[in-house]
This record gives sequence, structure tokens and C-alpha cells, in this order.
Amino acid sequence: MSRVLRAGGLSLRWEPRAAAICLVLAGAALAAAVVVVGTGDVPITVGEVLQALTGQGHPGTEFIVTTLRLPRAVTGALAGLALGMSGAIFQSMSRNPLGSPDLIGFSTGSATGALVQILVLGGGAAAVAAGSVAGAVLTALAVYAVAYRRGHGVHGMRLVLVGVAAAAMLEALNAYLITRAELREAYEAAFWLTGSLNNRGWDHARPLALAVLVLVPLALASGRALRMGELGDDAAQALGVPVQRSRAVLVVAGVGLCAAATAAAGPVPFVALAAPQLARRLTRRTGPQLLPAAAMGAALLVCADLVSLKLPVPVPVGVVTGVLGGVYLAWLLAAEARRGRA
Amino acid sequence: MSQEAVPVRRAGWRFAGLVVLGGVLALTVVASVALGAQSIPFERAVAGVFAPDGSQSALIVQELRLPRTLLGLAVGVALGLAGALMQALTRNPLAEPGLLGVNGGAAVAVVSVIALLRVDDVLVYVWAAFAGAAVAAVAVYLIGSRGRAVASPGRLVLAGAAVNAVAVALTNGIMLLSPRSFGGFRFWQVGSLAGRDLGTLLRVLPFLGAGVLIALLLARPLNALALGEDAGRSLGARPERTRALGAVAVVLLCGAATAAAGPIAFVGLAVPFVVRALVGPDQRWVLPYSALLAPVLLLAADIAGRLVVPPGELETGIVTAFLGAPIFALMVRRGRVPKL
Repeated sequence: MSRVLRAGGLSLRWEPRAAAICLVLAGAALAAAVVVVGTGDVPITVGEVLQALTGQGHPGTEFIVTTLRLPRAVTGALAGLALGMSGAIFQSMSRNPLGSPDLIGFSTGSATGALVQILVLGGGAAAVAAGSVAGAVLTALAVYAVAYRRGHGVHGMRLVLVGVAAAAMLEALNAYLITRAELREAYEAAFWLTGSLNNRGWDHARPLALAVLVLVPLALASGRALRMGELGDDAAQALGVPVQRSRAVLVVAGVGLCAAATAAAGPVPFVALAAPQLARRLTRRTGPQLLPAAAMGAALLVCADLVSLKLPVPVPVGVVTGVLGGVYLAWLLAAEARRGRA
Repeated sequence: MSQEAVPVRRAGWRFAGLVVLGGVLALTVVASVALGAQSIPFERAVAGVFAPDGSQSALIVQELRLPRTLLGLAVGVALGLAGALMQALTRNPLAEPGLLGVNGGAAVAVVSVIALLRVDDVLVYVWAAFAGAAVAAVAVYLIGSRGRAVASPGRLVLAGAAVNAVAVALTNGIMLLSPRSFGGFRFWQVGSLAGRDLGTLLRVLPFLGAGVLIALLLARPLNALALGEDAGRSLGARPERTRALGAVAVVLLCGAATAAAGPIAFVGLAVPFVVRALVGPDQRWVLPYSALLAPVLLLAADIAGRLVVPPGELETGIVTAFLGAPIFALMVRRGRVPKL
């Protein structure tokens, strides 16, 4: 059900169920983040974490919480949010649940750009972020160019399969870069390449927060165009949506969010694929669910991080999302087959 | 009627093609022995193989180039046949041991055995690789073919992408757990022919041989299978047995190849594709042609990898990915893929 708020000449449509789900997911992400902050060599209780966050804790605890561990939780939540929204945008534009940036090579390309900076050019955090964005943009351009056919657009399976090929190629390139580096550097790069939130500081969280602040409103502003776009270009045009322009804005926002998340946390697999699908099933709505997908992404990534911290052996968060996400994708394919859609 | 004459003439033409391809393969083998960071003249390379005189070039040939070339030959045959078999069994032109996660599954198993059990024996790697390849192959086929009689080509690739992603995540996780063995893994994970000795090859050879034998014997049953389940059965084919034997051959070939050289993608995709364009769909020709063309491509990729960035090398797996992925993308773009 959707309700409409009217105030004078303005009206705003909102959906109580979707809003409630966003709140619940955000709450889950926050709760998991508090536990993440409390987990480590020095365990800190939830109460102490909350005290430290409000500035009333023990100075030592406060240092551990705000300087050492909080950036990790914030980076995880923001990266998950960005990935979830980016996934929702691309899945809606390709009208295919598998057209998500992690499966069609955008994340891998973004990682390639970052790896070139880390291993070859030796740039700092800002340069890595820039390389990551450049890699994602170039990959997106190449995949769309190859998958595009006049009169058919870039919808559906062709885009996904071309993206899978691009991802395979870029993975080989990433592996090549790793084999060429010094052992220590290569190990760190491999850790990063798996998708990891270890040793994240505020200099990782800050650029990501900036990207989220700019790009999320941009994407939300075009949310209506995205919804109309699912009806087909002609129908959307007829309904007064400037299809080409809003699509360009959405691509910029989607690629930017994916690249910012990758720059901060590495190419964490499957969050961008799974979050929009889960959000859609929870809200029971058709069409793109940008905010629920973003909230779901944040909750997923922080919870996966929590799992990776609680495991007896320390693994990067990307291993957890990779395993869980692969199982989920398998289930998704099987479910689509049952409905005879795929 | 000329109906009799045409197949005979075509068979003669195809046989001549096979002989030519064999000649090309022989030339590629010689080139692989001769070319590299330090190229060796043709006569000295041949002399280094058959009558090593202890000179530096003979040493290079005996210790480095020859094992590498023989390994490339064996792995190429295995990957080409495995690709052709998988495409015939699934009736899907996009099926390939790298894309469908079979090599990835084998890689996880090998890495786990090395890192967690701390064994260092190629024979153990091979058995681990078989187990991993078998699990991955079964998983991909079950996921990709659920709900309908025949797995649709695109879905099978996506199921492969899912299994591959899980395999990569697990491989990375295990690799990162043991920083000491990471140094070796990062090279193995790429897929390469370099740095393997003849012992590695000899250990996997029996399994490869068995896989090749089964694959070639399956040519006729696969032809019957291509007619469809019912028509094949009425002609005396036994689809279940063909599928089971084919799966065994794929696992033997991919497991042995991956255990010896690491995961190498796209050879099994491109080769049968080219071969079918040359000789048509008859598996009695597709399989032998694939078995000869694939090592040509793999060795050529290996030679190219040695020559492009002297004095360093590009790993074979990287070269094949860079050659194969664009071919795959073009196949998809041209709509070579039947209805998805």
C-alpha cells in the first residue's frame, strides 16, 4: 500500500511497509555495528560502547572505540549502503536481477584501477580512490559498448554475459598485478582484493561518506525515472520522463557509489546482487526499491563483518559474503527456473 | 546417388585437415622448445631434446623448455577435450571448464590440501582436484538445469559464475590464512606452465590418459545424444550412461589439468567453437580436432606470454583469459548463443 501526504500544492507518496522495513534494517545495521565495535582483542560491552560514543566513557575505551574500531563499522555500513543502492540501480536499468555491478565486472574493474595505484604507481588514499573510480567507469563504458546493439538496447542477458566476460578478463589482470608485486605488498593487495574491513581508518570512511552524501540524493531524485524506465523507453518518454538524461544521471550515481564502496572496502562480492533482491522480497513491491536496498546492503555487510570477526580464524569479510552470496545466487537461479522465467 | 560419395569425400578432406593440424602442433611444440627469454636456434633446440651435450642451450631445453612444453601439450589436450565434451553433454556452446567453475572447484580443493593438511605431493593434489572438480560440476549442473529438461546456456554460465565466486572467495580466504604459502599460491592461482618438472606431468598422465580415452570413445554416443533424448534412445543410445561417463571424463581431464597447471580458463570454450565452424557438429571429428587444436592454442599462448614482456613472462592463464574473454563477448554479442 502506498499513502500520499498532501500539504498545500505539494504531495508526497510514501509506503508505510517500505518505510518500516527501512527502519528495521537500519536498526539491525546499527545494532550489529555496535557489536562490531565491541569485538576485538579488548572486548568492550555494549553499554561501554554506547557510553564511549556519547563521550562519557573511560578515555582508553573511548580511544579504542572512536579511533580504532568505529571507522571500520562506519566504512562497512556506508559501503554496504552504497553497494545496495548501486545494485538496485543497475538491476532495474538492465531489468535483470543478475545485472548487478559485482557480477558484470564493474567492481572488478574498480579493483583493477585501485590495484594499479597501490602496486604500480604507489599512490595514496586519494589516488587509490581516483583509480578505483576510473576503473569502474572504463569497465562500465566497455561493457555497455560491447553489449549495445542498435534497436535492442542493452537489456537483459547479453549485458550480463558480456559483463561476466569482462569480469573474467579483469580478474586475470588483477591476478597478474598481484604476481608482479613484492610478497608483502602482494599479500596486502590480495587481502584488499578479497574485500576486507580490517584496519580501516577515518581516511577510508571520509571519502566514502562524501560520495554517499552526494550520490545517494542524486540517485533518489531520479528514482521516479528509474521506476518509469522499467515500463520501457517509449512508455517512460510518453509519461514525461527525460529518459536519456535521467539514465545518464543514474549511471553516474550507480558507478560512483560502486567505485566509492570498492575504494574503501575492496570489491566485496555479492552485496550489490543480493541486497536489492532481498529488499524487493521484503517490501513485496515491484519496481526499484532504492532506499530499502541501501538499508539492506548496510545491514548485510555489517552483519557479514560481524560473522567474520566471530569466526575462530580471522577471514576478510569478502570470504563471508562470497560464500553466503554464492549460495544465495544459486538459490535465486533455481527459484527463477521454477517460475520458468530465466 | 552421390549420397554415398559425399561423406567419403568429406571424410577424406577432414582427415587431411587432421594431419595438417598435427603438423601445426608439431611445429608449435618445436617453437615452444626454441623460443623464450633466451631463444635457441632450431637445430640446437632439436639437438638439445634428442642429444643433450651439456651446453647451456641443451640445459635450458632439458630442464625448462621440454617439461614445460610437454605439460602444455597434455594440459591443452585435456582442456580442449573437456570443453568439447561439456558443450556436447550440456548442448550448450558456452559450457567451459573455467567459466562453469569446474577448474575453480578443483583449485579450492588443491589450495585447501596444501594449506590445511600441509602435504606436498602432486598425487594428493590430483585426488583433491578430482573431488573439487566433481563437486563443482555437479553443483553447477544441478543449479543450472533445474526446472527444465535442458539447462539453458545463459543460466548454466551464471550458475558457473556463482560457483566460481564461492570458489574464489574460499581460495582467497585459505590463501590469506597462511602468509607463508601465499607466495607460491599467488602464482599457482593464475594458471601457468612454468616451473613444473617432468615428475608432475608423469604423475597426472595416467588420469589424463584415461580421460582422453573415455572422451574419444564417447564420440558416437554423443552424436546420438545430439539428436535429442527420444530419438537417441530409439537409435539404441543410452543417454544416462553417456552422461555419466562424460561427466567422469570431464572431471578426470579438468582435475588432472588443474592439479598440474592451476586453473586455466577459456581454452575449452574457444577451441570447440572454432572446430565446429571448421568440421561441423560430428563429434567423431570435433573431439580429435579439439584435442589437437587446444594444445596449439595453449602453447601459442604460453609462447606469447614468454615473449611480450621480456625478460619477464606473462602466465599462460592470463594470456588465455585475454584472448578468450573477447571471443566470448563477441559470441554473445553476435547472438551466437541460442535463445537464452
